[in-house]
Amino acid sequence: MADETKDRILFDHNHDGIDRRGFLKCMAWAGTGALCVVEGGVLKSFALNDPAAKHAKGQVSFVQISDSHMGFNKPANPDVVATLKAAVEKINALPVAPEFMLHTGDISHLSKPSEFDNVDQILKSAKPQQVFFVPGEHDVLEDIGAQYRERYGKNTNGSGWYSFDKNGVHFIGLVNVMNLKAGGLGSLGGEQLEWLERDVKHLKHSTPIIVFAHIPLWTVYPDWGWGTDDSAQALSHLKKFGSVTVLNGHIHQTMQKVEGNVTFHTACSTAFPQPKPGAAPSPGPMKVPEDRLRSVLGITSVQSVHGKHALAVTDSTLA
Amino acid sequence: MKRRVLKFSLSLVLLALSFASTSGAAGNSPSVAITIDNFSFTPQEVRVKAGTTIVWTNHDDIPHTVVSSDDSSFKSKALDTDDKFTTVLTKPGTYAYYCSIHPKMTGKIVAE
Repeated sequence: MADETKDRILFDHNHDGIDRRGFLKCMAWAGTGALCVVEGGVLKSFALNDPAAKHAKGQVSFVQISDSHMGFNKPANPDVVATLKAAVEKINALPVAPEFMLHTGDISHLSKPSEFDNVDQILKSAKPQQVFFVPGEHDVLEDIGAQYRERYGKNTNGSGWYSFDKNGVHFIGLVNVMNLKAGGLGSLGGEQLEWLERDVKHLKHSTPIIVFAHIPLWTVYPDWGWGTDDSAQALSHLKKFGSVTVLNGHIHQTMQKVEGNVTFHTACSTAFPQPKPGAAPSPGPMKVPEDRLRSVLGITSVQSVHGKHALAVTDSTLA
Repeated sequence: MKRRVLKFSLSLVLLALSFASTSGAAGNSPSVAITIDNFSFTPQEVRVKAGTTIVWTNHDDIPHTVVSSDDSSFKSKALDTDDKFTTVLTKPGTYAYYCSIHPKMTGKIVAE
């Protein structure tokens, strides 16, 4: 089973719709264990090897890392420094060098200055030096995110939301880990939603949109808080666009969902895995045998391809 | 030799006294323990006399907080594994609370 799915595009929105086996595997998270990430290896994608696609307009090539939890040291992974370094090595070994990186939050484990410093230090060895961040709930403890914004949110709005363009692709970093209400999920808030509406108002419908935020912007599993209360409103502002990709973290496993023109994708953590929805009493750190750890941690590389609608999103585990 | 014995007995007496005062001798407020396990507060609902000391202990491998839903009655820092948070509710009332990092975790204290 492992060999069948290795080195294959498990999700491709452009060829005759979908690679059905891969699509079903991605959807069947409920206990089958056959998620894209578990099979490891770099997925072969025509996009990765096409040199002509590299610098044309609308082309981007970047890597998403997530949930480094610097400072975590419990049994699920006593050495998150080593695994983050392994992730950087993996990035540096990619066949097509990414131009920049996105970090989708939980950079630190306890919002300690030394934890942020350690991540910064380790990322200095990554080939792509430009990193765009959004905070996770572990990054904004005690100070309503003041330290996070001081370090990573210099030109952002409100609690740290912002947008930028790369070669015709519009990136939007959202913050959904502030002001969480008792019993609720992640939350964007009115001010951020209004900003989002204004931010995309004058963009052409053909502009590829990439949204990145920590907590999933679709309801993965509400009992564990895996969702965002007001994400539907955010997505309604992006309805007109032909291609929207949403990249999230928080759940420490890859998962994917397609809804019309929107593709949602969550990334692995570089620190520790978490159980599949409902497969354990709680979403806490999941201990796996030591020799399996690196196969459940990973990075995500994203490339757009000239003339193609969707992005090639490729998960690679650390081992 | 005599002085040594005296000193020793004195410290024994002091030790005994200090044990007496920490073991809840008359005059100290009783305490109620709430544990945090598997992203839950246990017991999820407690009834106490106003003035009771309440102690939360985090047994999870991930940090949690204890924050009253009214945002003012009590608010802990992030509690790592084995960290504790203590509060005394002197005013009777119902205090709903939650973990501000994982807001699906909720609990309630009824102080009478």
